[in-house]
Formats: sequence, C-alpha cells, structure tokens
Amino acid sequence: MAKNHVTTTINGEPVEFLCETQQTLLDVLRDELQLTGSKEGCASGDCGACSVMVDGRLVCSCLVMGVEAEGSDIETIEGMAEGDQLHPLQQKFLENAALQCGICTPGFLIAAKSLLEKNPDPTETEVRYWLAGNLCRCTGYDKIIRSVLEVAADAKRA
Amino acid sequence: MRSLVRELDGRFPGIGAALGDGMAVAIDGQIFQDYFLEEVGPNSEVCFLPAIEGG
Amino acid sequence: MSGNANGYKWIGTRTIRPDGVDKVTGRAAFGADFSLPGMLVGKILRSPHAHARILSIKTNKAEAFPGVKAVVTSADFPEIPASEAIKGSSPPNYRHLSQNLMAREKVFYDGHAVAAVAATSTAVADEALSLIEVEYEILPHVTDVLEAMKPDAPILHDDLFTGGVDPKPEKPSNVAKRVEFAIGDIDAGFAEADVIVERDYTTEGIHQGYIETHAVVANMGEDGQATIWCSSQGHFMVRQYTAGLLNMNIGDIKVTPAEIGGGFGGKTTVYLEPAALLLSRKSGHSIKMVMTRDEVFRGTGPTSGSAMTIKIGAKKDGKIVAAEADLKFFAGAFPGAPVHLGCMCGFTPYDIENVMAVGYDVVTNRPKAISYRAPGAPIAAFAIESAIDELAGKLGIEPLALREINAARKGTRTAYGPTLGVVGFEETLEAAKNHPHYSEPLGPNQGRGIASGYWFNVGGESSASVSINEDGSVTVTSGAPDVGGSRASLCIMAAEVLGVDIGQVRAVIGDTNATGFNRHTGGSRVTFALGMVVIQATEDCVEQLSTAAAKIWDIDLEAVVWEGGYARPAGDNAGKFEPLSLSDLAAKTPMTGGPISSKKSSNVQGAGPAFGTHICDVEVDRETGQVKILRYTAIQDAGRAIHPGYVEGQMQGGVAQGIGWALNEEYVYGEDGRLQNSGFLDYRMPVASDLPMIDTVIVEVPNPTHPYGVRGVGEIPIIPPMAAVANAIEDAVGLRLSSLPMSPPKVLAALQNGA
Repeated sequence: MAKNHVTTTINGEPVEFLCETQQTLLDVLRDELQLTGSKEGCASGDCGACSVMVDGRLVCSCLVMGVEAEGSDIETIEGMAEGDQLHPLQQKFLENAALQCGICTPGFLIAAKSLLEKNPDPTETEVRYWLAGNLCRCTGYDKIIRSVLEVAADAKRA
Repeated sequence: MRSLVRELDGRFPGIGAALGDGMAVAIDGQIFQDYFLEEVGPNSEVCFLPAIEGG
Repeated sequence: MSGNANGYKWIGTRTIRPDGVDKVTGRAAFGADFSLPGMLVGKILRSPHAHARILSIKTNKAEAFPGVKAVVTSADFPEIPASEAIKGSSPPNYRHLSQNLMAREKVFYDGHAVAAVAATSTAVADEALSLIEVEYEILPHVTDVLEAMKPDAPILHDDLFTGGVDPKPEKPSNVAKRVEFAIGDIDAGFAEADVIVERDYTTEGIHQGYIETHAVVANMGEDGQATIWCSSQGHFMVRQYTAGLLNMNIGDIKVTPAEIGGGFGGKTTVYLEPAALLLSRKSGHSIKMVMTRDEVFRGTGPTSGSAMTIKIGAKKDGKIVAAEADLKFFAGAFPGAPVHLGCMCGFTPYDIENVMAVGYDVVTNRPKAISYRAPGAPIAAFAIESAIDELAGKLGIEPLALREINAARKGTRTAYGPTLGVVGFEETLEAAKNHPHYSEPLGPNQGRGIASGYWFNVGGESSASVSINEDGSVTVTSGAPDVGGSRASLCIMAAEVLGVDIGQVRAVIGDTNATGFNRHTGGSRVTFALGMVVIQATEDCVEQLSTAAAKIWDIDLEAVVWEGGYARPAGDNAGKFEPLSLSDLAAKTPMTGGPISSKKSSNVQGAGPAFGTHICDVEVDRETGQVKILRYTAIQDAGRAIHPGYVEGQMQGGVAQGIGWALNEEYVYGEDGRLQNSGFLDYRMPVASDLPMIDTVIVEVPNPTHPYGVRGVGEIPIIPPMAAVANAIEDAVGLRLSSLPMSPPKVLAALQNGA
C-alpha cells in the first residue's frame, strides 16, 4: 500500500504530508499533522464536530478524503485566532458561556465563521438552520445562537 | 448509627448485613451515604434507603 | 466584573472559565487527542448476535497477520466468582462488569465485546478482527421488558433469581429484583378518592448521546505498573474499576484525566481501559483505543426503557389521597436498572399520605444500562407528571393549581422515607405562575404543558488542595472531572473566601496521584461537594496566612483579621501595621513557617435536594404529526447560583435532552435483535433548528448545609420535559400520548385514531 504525497495549504501555511488512500482529511489532520482541534464524533458527516473550510466552503472533514486536499486552501480551528487575538466568535463564546464540555465548540466556531462570511446579518432562524449540521449535547444551543447573533450585531455597529 | 445497626441485628439476626450492603440512611431528613459514625438522637427519624447514584 | 446584590464579590458573577481559551482554540486535549510514541491501535470485535453461546474463539490467524502484536479474549481476564463480585464500598458488581466488557460463555447483545486486538494501524487492526473466528450457537432473544418478564421468555442468566420476593424463587428469571416503597394504606386511600386516573405508559431505551466517543491511551510496563490517559466522569473510578477487574493493586495504576466531551452518566464506568492494559502488557507497547459512533450505540450503556402503570386518586377539592406506581425498567444484559430511583423520586413533589411505588429491574438482550442524568427519575416523571395533568383535567382544576394544592415542602414525609428539609418547590411553582410565558395566548393546534420534577443530588467523597504560590497566585487542585464548567465555580468560591481577584485563581484537575480519592462527577455533586472541600481548604489557607501575618507583626493570631484579600490588624490596639496581601505574605513564607497550602478530603454530606417546574408550548402539525416546540421556560431551585451562566447552561442542556427523549430519540431493534439505528442520522437528537431559545429562571432557596447555599443543578432539568411536552400536546389537540417517543408517525396515528 504505497502512500500518497499531498501538497496543500493549511491555515495559510504550505503543508506536505503522506497519507493512505482510505484516510479522510480528518484522519490526516488529527493523526498525521497533530492538528487535533477538529474532532471525530461520528465519521459519517452527521455531527459536524470535524467541520473545516476547504476553499472557502464549509465541509465535514470526515467526508473529504485526504488526497482531495491537494492544491486546496484549508482552514481549521487552529487558524481561527490571530496570534494571541481571539476571533470575535471565540471571545463571545467565552463571555456568554456558550460552551460546556467544549467538544463541539471547534466545529461550531468554524461553521459560524463561515456563515458570517457569507451572510453577515442573519436572522435567528437562518443561524439555527445553518448550524443544524453541528450537534451539541450540552448547551441546548441557546447561548451558541445568541453568541453568533451578537457577533453579527457588533460587526454591524462597528 | 453503628450501635443502632448492631442493636437491630441483635433483634433481627441477619439484618445488619443487609443494611450495610449498598444502603444509605436518612437521619432527620438528611441523607448520608456512609453512615456508620453518624450521630443519632433519641427522637431521630432514621430511614434506610438504597444508595443514590447520579449521572 | 464586580460584586452583586447578594453582597458577594464573585459568587453569582459571570466570570470567564479558566479552561475556556483552550476549548475555543482547539488546544484542549480530549481522550482521543493524546498520543504516545510507538503506540499501537487497539480495536474490539463485537458480537453480531443478540443472544448466543460462544462455542469457540480461534485467534491464531489474527495473531499471525503481519502488524498484529496482540490479541486478547476473556481468557486473559481474571475470572471473578460470584463471591468476589462486590469489592468493598465500590459500587459495581465486578463479575457482571467483567462479563460485559469481554463476553465469557455467552454474548448478550448485538455489540457485546468478544475479543480485542492491537496492531500497527487501524487498517491492520480491522483486518485482524475479520480473521478472528468465533463459533456461536444462536439462542432466542428478548428485547422488550414485558416480553422478558413472561414465564416462557428466553432466560439470559441461569444464576439470576429474583431478589426482593418472598418466598425465594427456585427458577431463574429475567427479573433481577423487585423493590417496593410504601407509606400509609394505599387501598384505604383509593377508597376515599372522589376521582381516580389510571393509565399505562411506555418509554424506549435512550442513549446519553455525548459527542465524544470513548477513548483511552494505556500503557502497562513489565513491572505491572500502568498509566492510563482517558476522559471519564471519574479518573479515580477508572483506576478503581480497572484494578478490580484485573486484580491489580489500585496504587499501581495512575490515571490522568483528559478533558471530557460529554458524559451525562454514560462515562461513570469503564469499557476500554482493562482491554487496553491487557493488550499493552501482551504486546509490550502503548495502546490507543477509540470507539466509533456505531460502537458507542451498540456497545455502551443507554438508560432503561420502561412499561409503567400510574394510578392517582384525589378528592373533589384537589387533595391527592392515594398514588400508586408500577414501574418495570429494563436493565439491558445485566441487572442494574435505576428503577428504585424512579420509585423514590416520582411522587416526591407531592405531599401524599398513601403511596405505593413498586419497581422491577429486568434484564433484556440489549447493552448494559448505565446512568443517564438523574437515572430513573425522568422515566417515572414522564408517567407521573402526565397522570397529574390528566387528574387536573378530570377535576377541573388548573394543572399548576393542583400542584400548589399538593406541594411538598419542609416537613413533608416522602414515600421513600425521609422527611424533607428546606426545599424550594413552591417557589418554582410561584415563579411559573408569575412568568409571562404562563399567560401568553395560544393559537390553533397550539398547547401548553406544565411539569415538575425532583432529584436528591448527592455529595460524596471529595478531595482537593489549595496552594498559595510564591507570587500570591492561587492554585486549586480538584480530583473530579469538569464536565460543564465547574472549574469556574471552584475558582469563584476560592476567590470569594480569599477576597482576591478572580484572575489570581486557577483550577486544575489533578491525576490520581495528585489528590485523595474522589467519587466520580455525577449526581450533580461537583459544585456542591468539591466546592465544600475547596472552601474548607481555602479557609485553612486563610488561617495560615493570618498566622504568617501575626508572626511578621509579632502579635497574637486573634489580633489579625482577613478582609478583602488582606491580613489586617484587628483594631488600633493590635498595632498600626500596613495590610499584607497574598503576594506580600507569599514572598515571606520561608521566614514565617513555610509554604502555605491545605488539602481536604471528606465524604461530603448534606446535599440539597431540589425541584424544577417547566412550561412548554407546542404546535402540532396535523398533516405530518410533527410537534414543534414554540416556547420553553425552565424554572429551577439552584440554592445559590455560583456562576449563573453555567447554571443556565445546565438547565438548557437538560431541557434539550428531555425534548429529544420526548419527541424523537429511541433504540430501534429488528426482529433479529440487532440495533438498526446506531448512528446520529437515525438516532435523532435535537439540532439547533429543532429548538427555540430556552428561557431559564433560577430560584434561590439556599441549602442550609452549604456555606454558600449551593444545591446541585445538573440533573433536575432533564426530569420534567417529556411530560411537559406530552401535556402540551394534550392541550393542543386533545390527545393523551402515553408512549415515548412522540415521534411524527405515532402522533399521526393517534390523530387519525383519536381525534
């Protein structure tokens, strides 16, 4: 089983890796690149804990093959903060207690970031439906939704 | 409580073992999971109940 | 962040949790995020049959496959005879636990572990599993609780005889035990009643649904010393259970807790750890084992499903005179359904003179049940709170008013024995009645339901240490995993006692070598019980700090006061000295007696029981049977909310789980006894678009036994929702649904038959 050589960009940095044909992008991120911020909750695209952006598109990295990353631009949770500056969504989640165990949090942050990039002023319903692909078992979603709406409102005011 | 259980076991042989095994006690409304050394007064209400686990 | 109306500096404020930044940046390490050099991948082979005898297991082909370094079966596990099944005060039956973790003569459910392999990669491990040859003799199976209780049901265990019945049975049964809780005279009670309601209810098996699957990295050296990294609800529990299962000394195992991605009771036991250690010893390498989602559903413990009958009688004026519950819960493959807890909690919100609650713990060919958030209580409450609603209807009394008429309070005798102390049930009813939600108008096919619930909350063995670091910063080391933000609350309590800025205090969860024993995180105990020992240890530090100040000033200890984060002379008579801060005193500790720290271990008692009352509005789609939650308000007595944000979070999370339990979640078994929906697509938990905002009201009736009045909050909120939703559906379309989940096909069928 010869491995595949892949060249890609992750969080703005050029990255090369070797992976087996059957490894998913999630497997590669976690097991080959030690980027364990993206989580495996189901490996079937139902929980969103592995959410990343590939070429500006929100995807479940467990549904993308490692070899598909060739030549792509990938954004993971590890790239969301800039240096020691948290992204407004990250800061808001902390202020609003929008996380409890925190396992779904990276997925939600990436998904919410992708929403606000496409739709900077969403309604509550739009936020709920966009984030319907991310499962949370701890919070009941309330404080997560409020946080996303508040970040959007803050940006509008600014 | 330990004396109380000993006394009960004297009157009802075998009950001592049953009461120690996974049982909790409520003394005057307060639940104790490990109760051997807890104080009991002459007018105390003592209830033996199954140990409580949570999730 | 400044103080609040209660006069506290930090209690009741919304500080940022100390572990928060790691969680929002992906840095926090959960169970599957650890790695060790040279580690192998471990995987479990699981039974495809619901009930079968294992005739033989041949592992030679798997062992010979290149890249496979070890294979284990039950032959590698010590046999635990019935006489040694109970070890000291440790809760589980170790014989059953061992058989559950690795099947011996029989497999009892689709997903039951049969063997484990360690290999150089996941692909090799999967190949190895397919090379293990297991010969099964398939036996008839039973997954339904009522079917399992019938005299001709397939019997799971030849050595299981029903306990709690007289005379002792001679034939084995699937009924592990019968329990009974009674006060008064139930027949006399019903004879007095003007109105009686009686109905059967059923619920299905429900999984805790944590997003993080079970994971462990384990290492056993040639000297028998072991290290385990795993997420769990109790690393001391992991150490204790693993040692008990493998006949090891507890002190030879060190468990380092990872962050935990949800537990809700499902991680208060072990699944992978013993097999991982055995594979490590056999292969000479570290082992990493991570469950897939399919394995979590097929191989780990859900909570029980049930068949229940509730009968309640009242006088015309609404006073309930008799209440009877018959609860049959299935425990899965081995005994241990939380039916006794359902019996104990169910009627407790009400002051009733004559109560009879009978429970049956029944085994079935399903995974072995484990705790799920207030185990047993939500199941009983679905039935009982629905019955109260039906009774209200028959009496012509508002459901909330009926609860007020019969409300339990201080001095009420419970059906399970004790008399209640200071409790806040009536306060939650009052808050519900006064909430705008209660009187908001409703439209067509819309309805409103009310339901309440009770949970004891627990205390338990807790150990923590508090140290003043050399620069005056403070470290709180706790031994109970943080599932929902409790580190924030422990920091708040320590900062409050010391009177210092919250930013000066850090809380860490130590490994099993760092503190004394801790009971697992569960029973809504951490903020209460760990809080208690943290407060005591911090108070002891204050005493040490004051003593140090006294030495520096050369005055008596009695002449020193600790105020607002400073040691001060008690009055002018003591002397005119400048106040000394934590950092001032910490800098001088070599001269004043040494490092300042304190540890405290105790079996904390006096947990404050608590109540919740919920209001739920639904809209029923008559064409599809779908039920939409329009509005939800959860009201709960928290005693004292240390960090309101995280208390609200517990309430909202519990409500969401309850709504899932009410409307969609269930285990679906085929005729062949195999689980058909072992993934998140078909085990349908609520998503963001299923729910509205969940409003919360925190009522505070302080618990007299805790310095800040804390009552546990985590478990109550999952108790009322199922009945709140069922009662709202009844209000909307006039149909009493008594079987969970109230999924669209079932609602539609009820509408077509009964509307």
